[in-house]
Amino acid sequence: MRTLLKISSAIDALNSLVGQYVKWLILAAVLVSAGNATTRYLFNIASNAMLELQWYLFAAVFTIAAGYVLKVNEHVRIDVVSQRISPRARNWVDVIGLALCVIPVSLYITLQSIPNLLETYANQEVSANAGGLIRWPVRAMIPIGFGLLLIQAISELIKRWAYLKGLVDDPLARGGHATVSMDDDKETV
Amino acid sequence: MEFLTDNIAPIMFGTLIIFLLSGFPVAFSLAANGILFAIIGHELGLLDWVLLQAIPERIYGIMQNDTLLAIPFFTFMGIILQRSGMAEDLLESAGQLFGRVPGGLGYAVILVGALLAATTGVVAASVISMGLISLPVMMRYKYHYPTAAGLLTGAGSLAQIIPPSLVLIVLADVLSVSVKDAYTGAMLPALMVVGFLLLYMFVLSIFKPSMVPPLPEEARTLKGSKLIVSVLTAMLPPIILIFLVLGTIFVGWATPTEGGAMGAVGALLLSIARGRLSFAVIKGALDSTAKLSTFVMFILVGSSIFALSFRAVNGDLWIEHLFSFIPGGDLGFVLFVSLIVFVLGFFIDFFEIAFILMPLIGPVASAMDINMIWFLVVVGLNMSMSFLTPPFGFALFYLRSVAPREDYKDEVTGKNVRGMKTGEIYKGAIPFILIMLTSLILIISFPQIVTWNLDAPLDVDLDTITISLDGAGGDSWGDEESGSDDPWGGNSDPWAN
Repeated sequence: MRTLLKISSAIDALNSLVGQYVKWLILAAVLVSAGNATTRYLFNIASNAMLELQWYLFAAVFTIAAGYVLKVNEHVRIDVVSQRISPRARNWVDVIGLALCVIPVSLYITLQSIPNLLETYANQEVSANAGGLIRWPVRAMIPIGFGLLLIQAISELIKRWAYLKGLVDDPLARGGHATVSMDDDKETV
Repeated sequence: MEFLTDNIAPIMFGTLIIFLLSGFPVAFSLAANGILFAIIGHELGLLDWVLLQAIPERIYGIMQNDTLLAIPFFTFMGIILQRSGMAEDLLESAGQLFGRVPGGLGYAVILVGALLAATTGVVAASVISMGLISLPVMMRYKYHYPTAAGLLTGAGSLAQIIPPSLVLIVLADVLSVSVKDAYTGAMLPALMVVGFLLLYMFVLSIFKPSMVPPLPEEARTLKGSKLIVSVLTAMLPPIILIFLVLGTIFVGWATPTEGGAMGAVGALLLSIARGRLSFAVIKGALDSTAKLSTFVMFILVGSSIFALSFRAVNGDLWIEHLFSFIPGGDLGFVLFVSLIVFVLGFFIDFFEIAFILMPLIGPVASAMDINMIWFLVVVGLNMSMSFLTPPFGFALFYLRSVAPREDYKDEVTGKNVRGMKTGEIYKGAIPFILIMLTSLILIISFPQIVTWNLDAPLDVDLDTITISLDGAGGDSWGDEESGSDDPWGGNSDPWAN
């Protein structure tokens, strides 16, 4: 179990690191999109590459951050019932869900998306739009994102299990509801 | 076995409800349910494995969705305005400006709340931030507690239907209409409800002035030229920014996505100009934006995996069949949907309603030739009402989390201030619910309130910049047909915007 918990902390550290960096791509997307609007309006210049870059960036954020968001328990839950059951029962729900839903599903999507990525890479597929971007980097986001989600699900499973065995504190004590905007860092309010 | 084959759609739907109620994350419950029933369907010989192989392509389609790019942009803009303290300054200076008349703080909360909360459309953020800023002031100067609470929760939840709210963007996407049309259609209803709220404050200030007292002399710290400066520097810039963003979208200079990006840059520039932007603020705002947009997009991914199987087992036909039992034609249908949305809003947040329920109901509405923009506004207003209704309304919970429960000693006046009871928060919401209900009845009776401005020919010169899609990911279900049963024809193609 101790080895498993070590693996779990290593995965947590990796996804936290990923989350810390990948969120900056949102700022990049904002700037690219604002830039596109400005150049189009002022100079009547439109670049398909730049237009595609804005969704490339956002797609990168939400796929790659999925594991991080799972780690901080911000994937929204419907807590009408779960807030009325014991922490142990809540953790059991997660053990079952992670083992039977998230792990197999993300494994399936990761594996299923790789052949497509390889094909796109081999053909050096490019966007159908004039001057559009090469496709494989954005295709790669799917296996990368779901791969990170997969290992985070394994880490969460280890933590839930350790809690049920009385080894760690309740990993579900925070998060889980759509209150993202203000109350998660009160110091700035 | 035969029973299972004949009733697989309702069984699948029932299983989803159990998955969701278990409290497991919505996105994964949806996805797992979709895959589970693909396997069951395969065993029963109802569908083909090839279906599951389409999943990565579906995800890729969602990644290409340009409309939903507006989600991180508007969220980022709203959070920057709040975290940098500009929202606070805005509310304070509006309070100082209106504070001298009875009901003045109420006007400030309604106007600022409507404007600011609209940028994020996240009820939690608006109710909590306004609750932290305005509630202590109103309690200190003896506002009628229920009215103070109702103002905050009412203005906060109303923000959902005020452009450029996220709610409108997401609903437009799942109902396959253009965001611009959704904004245009929602504008007059939003103004109408805000107008009713202001009118209510005005009536109160005349007949029950003691419930909504003006700020006393000593609390009006900003006077004369100081007040003018504060209005010019703290109040006008964010207001102008929001109107510029909306204006460029309405006029057609920018798509909602670009408008969101411009707004986000504008918010950054404003906070730099006011010396309020720090590295920590940007980092925090990016973090919140990344979390919010990730969980939203993952619900969408989950719901599209669910939809893939649900349609393969003819779940859409089952839903349509169910709705055919509802009497009263279009009106009966809209009232029934309103009731469902209203009740569901007690238990689940708006993103779940939008991504799970709307794709099921939308095609039925569209097949009935109901005006989808009007339908969208009705659904949005129902959600606002639902979030305000005791004892479950989310807005009430959020206010409860920041309203002092116990009596406390006020730092400014040195007097004891009584804590706020939960019952007072509930009671305060009632007049505001009635105002929204009245507006809802008006909008249902007179759809022109929504549609009057929609028939004008759309400005289509932006077509030239549209990216052509190389996937089937146009709408949330990735469904190729949904464009064709759209009552607005080509005008409302979300990509034409």
